[in-house]
Amino acid sequence: MDNEKDILEVRNLQVNFKTYAGDVKAIRNVNLDLRKGETLAIVGESGSGKSVTTRTIMGLNATNADIVSGSILYKGQDLLKKSEKEMQAIRGQDIAEIFQDPMTSLDPTMRIGRQIAEPLMVHKGMKKEKALAQALEMMKLVGITDAENRINDYPHQFSGGMRQRIVIAIALINYPEVLIADEPTTALDVTIQAQILNLMKELQDKISTSIIFITHDLGVVAGMADRVAVMYAGKIVEYGTVDEIFYNPKHPYTWGLLSSMPTLDSSGDSLPSIPGTPPDLLDPPTGDAFAARNAYALKIDTEKEPPFFKVSDTHYAATWLLHPDAPKVTPPTQIVERQKKYAKMQKDWLASQKASTPIEEEEEQQ
Amino acid sequence: MDYENAEKILQVKHLKQYFNVGKADEVRAVDDISFDIYKGETFGLVGESGSGKTTTGRAIIHLYEPTSGEILFDGKNVDSFTSKQDQHDFRQEMQMIFQDPYASLNPRMKVKDIVAEGIDINHLAKDDADRTKKVEDLLETVGLNKDHSSRYPHEFSGGQRQRIGIARALAVNPKFVIADEPISALDVSIQAQVVNLMKKLQREQGLTYLFIAHDLSMVKYISDRIGVMHYGRMLEIADADEIYAHPLHDYTKSLLSAVPVPDPEFERTREEIAYDGSGENDGKERHLVEISPRHWVRAADDEVALYKQRAEEASLIQK
Repeated sequence: MDNEKDILEVRNLQVNFKTYAGDVKAIRNVNLDLRKGETLAIVGESGSGKSVTTRTIMGLNATNADIVSGSILYKGQDLLKKSEKEMQAIRGQDIAEIFQDPMTSLDPTMRIGRQIAEPLMVHKGMKKEKALAQALEMMKLVGITDAENRINDYPHQFSGGMRQRIVIAIALINYPEVLIADEPTTALDVTIQAQILNLMKELQDKISTSIIFITHDLGVVAGMADRVAVMYAGKIVEYGTVDEIFYNPKHPYTWGLLSSMPTLDSSGDSLPSIPGTPPDLLDPPTGDAFAARNAYALKIDTEKEPPFFKVSDTHYAATWLLHPDAPKVTPPTQIVERQKKYAKMQKDWLASQKASTPIEEEEEQQ
Repeated sequence: MDYENAEKILQVKHLKQYFNVGKADEVRAVDDISFDIYKGETFGLVGESGSGKTTTGRAIIHLYEPTSGEILFDGKNVDSFTSKQDQHDFRQEMQMIFQDPYASLNPRMKVKDIVAEGIDINHLAKDDADRTKKVEDLLETVGLNKDHSSRYPHEFSGGQRQRIGIARALAVNPKFVIADEPISALDVSIQAQVVNLMKKLQREQGLTYLFIAHDLSMVKYISDRIGVMHYGRMLEIADADEIYAHPLHDYTKSLLSAVPVPDPEFERTREEIAYDGSGENDGKERHLVEISPRHWVRAADDEVALYKQRAEEASLIQK
């Protein structure tokens, strides 16, 4: 998977957390690639390791974290080999993060103009006046109204949506190559969420940042992501383009996630749900960690861990169901409907490609 | 649901709930709203933060003294209970499931004592053995193991804790349950488990729910009827399917257009509708008008024709 356009490559990452009860195996061999200008969404339940992965990239893990193995290559340099001082130069400059909670991620005692300007002063050694002028530009860019008058306000004087814009402004002020957005809209209302997501897309077009987007809202993923990685119990179990994951998912866990979200036209007596709870990562089960909750589990799932099987050049899933010898199973109804829709979309697309030439001719004749 | 013969279990009439009345920072959290809830239905209340939906729920269960207006539960005004007995009965018949399963369970109490607190207060158990049995039955009803009863809340996951909260609410055999964002704090896969449980309990025990949430797709799934709140006012009430298919008020349209849908093709073509709320405060007198059967929209007298026309276009009513 060596790609010249990869800006970030996570290889064989394993992270444990040392606790009194023993080592919690939070990340169990994760591989990720992030390409220039794309949005990669990581989805999964709480505790699946989404945030630990990105915090490891940022070098912001708690002190009891133990990086057992792996490498994180950013433009060819291994971030895990950098000293804290070198990481400080990268954080906020090359790689920036938008944190989840706009209520707690700002300094309540510092004026917001100063907070937005701080990365410029720290990383670029800019003078205060010049940095504040740039901060003002950034405030306008992220849509903070009446920016001139508000630059000296404190965070508590802003609403949640406006605070999240400030957090985004801070993250973007140095035009980072990689932006990590960890549930950036979970704390916001749908209408404000829509504004923030549109803003992120616009800014991505302008400065071609690569985004790692963490969320458990699959609706947001469908709108934002170019590619999707599904995590479960510290591992990536399936990854592919957004269409492949939503319309042709292969892993039973992805099936469960997609089916348990009601769409606006769901009805009926009960929603399909994933039974049980995620495994204890103090002592991860042998084989496929999802087996205990998986209605489609095979005998081999409890014995041997499934490798990644290739579905297409961009789509891989770690489930024994894709093994040539595995029995044929029918996915849940909702998934079958999604696959049908996908097939129809592809057919329509092909038809439109073929049809496009004759239509133009007709128009000319008219 | 058969609304022709349905009995109203709750009537909210011109409820106003203001805070800091008469001061410079007066907040009109709920500003003159009226609606009814029928026995056995699920009424969903949606709106953005600050729209007053939680305040409405809390006013109904009488955690506040209303500024003005009436709340009738089973025909009785909840604000005028004079005897201890009436208050007692009310607290037993109406229960609440809270949003945050981490903050709403006392960390120093065992699960059995949390669940049995209502049983003890209302003297619903004959003796200790009966109390234990009731608790174990309740835990089983909500899908927990009876061996869990002597554990503490911190030993449970978020979804399990929310089940404990549900068991506690059900312990006193309520008729009416207010669920204030009961699933917002839970993971997607666990949300479905809790919603299924709530639906099952409603079927088995004939419960009536007031379901408050901002996750619009889940609200539609669980609710029979839905009310949309904005700035402390009720803007539209209709059957769940109808309000999603044919919203009449501009705000409802805007709110629905902002819901992300787990379908990339849909997302690529989605158009958001902006809403300008300034028209709401132009000083005109507005109240809920029944535009088509059981579909109410907040409108001024001269706006009714517009909404009627929209309803005709959606073929909700004939010309």
